[in-house]
Amino acid sequence: MATFIAIVLAAVLTNNFITVKTYGICPFLGVSKKTSSAVGMGIAVTIVMVIATLVTYPVYTYVMVPLHFEFLEIIFFIFIIASLVQMLEKVIQKLSPALYGAMGIYLPLITTNCAVLGVTELVIGDMSQFLAGATMNIGWAVLYALFAGLGFTLVMIIMSGMREKLNYYKTPKALSGFPTAMVTASFICMAFMVFTYIVI
Amino acid sequence: MNKYKRITLDGLIFQNPTFMLVLGTCPTLGLISSAFSAAGMGLTVVIILTLSNVIISALKNVIPNAVRIPCYIVIIATLVTFMRMLLEKFMPDLYDSLGGFLALIVVNCIILGRAEAFANKHTVVESAVDGLANGFGFTIALTLMGIVCELIGSGSLFGAHIMDFTIGIFATPAGSFLVYGISIALFVFVIDLFEKAKRVKINKLARENMLDKEVA
Repeated sequence: MATFIAIVLAAVLTNNFITVKTYGICPFLGVSKKTSSAVGMGIAVTIVMVIATLVTYPVYTYVMVPLHFEFLEIIFFIFIIASLVQMLEKVIQKLSPALYGAMGIYLPLITTNCAVLGVTELVIGDMSQFLAGATMNIGWAVLYALFAGLGFTLVMIIMSGMREKLNYYKTPKALSGFPTAMVTASFICMAFMVFTYIVI
Repeated sequence: MNKYKRITLDGLIFQNPTFMLVLGTCPTLGLISSAFSAAGMGLTVVIILTLSNVIISALKNVIPNAVRIPCYIVIIATLVTFMRMLLEKFMPDLYDSLGGFLALIVVNCIILGRAEAFANKHTVVESAVDGLANGFGFTIALTLMGIVCELIGSGSLFGAHIMDFTIGIFATPAGSFLVYGISIALFVFVIDLFEKAKRVKINKLARENMLDKEVA
């Protein structure tokens, strides 16, 4: 239970992917103009992160480590992620055309999202600071991926809400677009710094 | 020669990947809190981008159009794997300071973007020049922002202590976002000023020409 709480707090608040690790900034800045699309992107990223970790973690621990080709991890992981995204796209298209319409345009973008490759690389690395004494296994890896994705979605929603409001104000030409978004993001990061006082 | 000058200027200033196109933001924001890691990241990207551009433009007639993106990703991932091994062996300091962002060069939009937008349509030499120009555009931008962030955030420059006055927030992602946003705004502002000045000059020349004709 202690490990569960530690992982949830670390993934969502103290080690949030956007505000602390700065992974997955491209969709964070690109798809956060409207709340509806921000939610769609966040959920799509979360699903891909969970499924990618579910596949790459066992492949790394039970196939690549015993056979001593850990050095190929980047090539293997990016291939697994790219094919998973492609498969997921086809499955969603077949099962639920409505969901595909809402989410479909974000799916191909996710292959080149740092957050997905980032989480698969993180869970095979040193995770002892988040585990509160437990040993790493696939369950904790997937849990970390799930809550890291939810933390990503949370920040996406906050950001899109702020940007929707910002649309009503006029900004100087040089500041409009990305600079305003980044200054907004800076304030969100400052707000999230409060959570560094949580000691797990 | 003019062609290469144009490619270089585009990569360094007018199509600067960091300030004008806002690509490769994750490593930028993650590493500009220290000038050393920012410059190291930039130079690593220069090497990988130039090599990937050269390889992809050399193979552009061999790679089938339908599966080009997976092919590019394999080429880039291989280069990143090599680079990671070299850095781990020969520059362990830089390897540690880049951390997870070294593996994430694979999904850096600049490299795949240049492959897709430039290298698969141009010759090997042009692609090499483009890779160097874009890579150095990225490096210069990162190093400048790294110097600002490190100086204000930790009072040092490339690790050497300079001043005692610091604002801690500039050493965190919050400060990186702030510096990056303001840098983009300044860059766009200066480029706009230049282009306005150029337009005024052209208009003035045109008017003088017309007056000369009327007088004649």
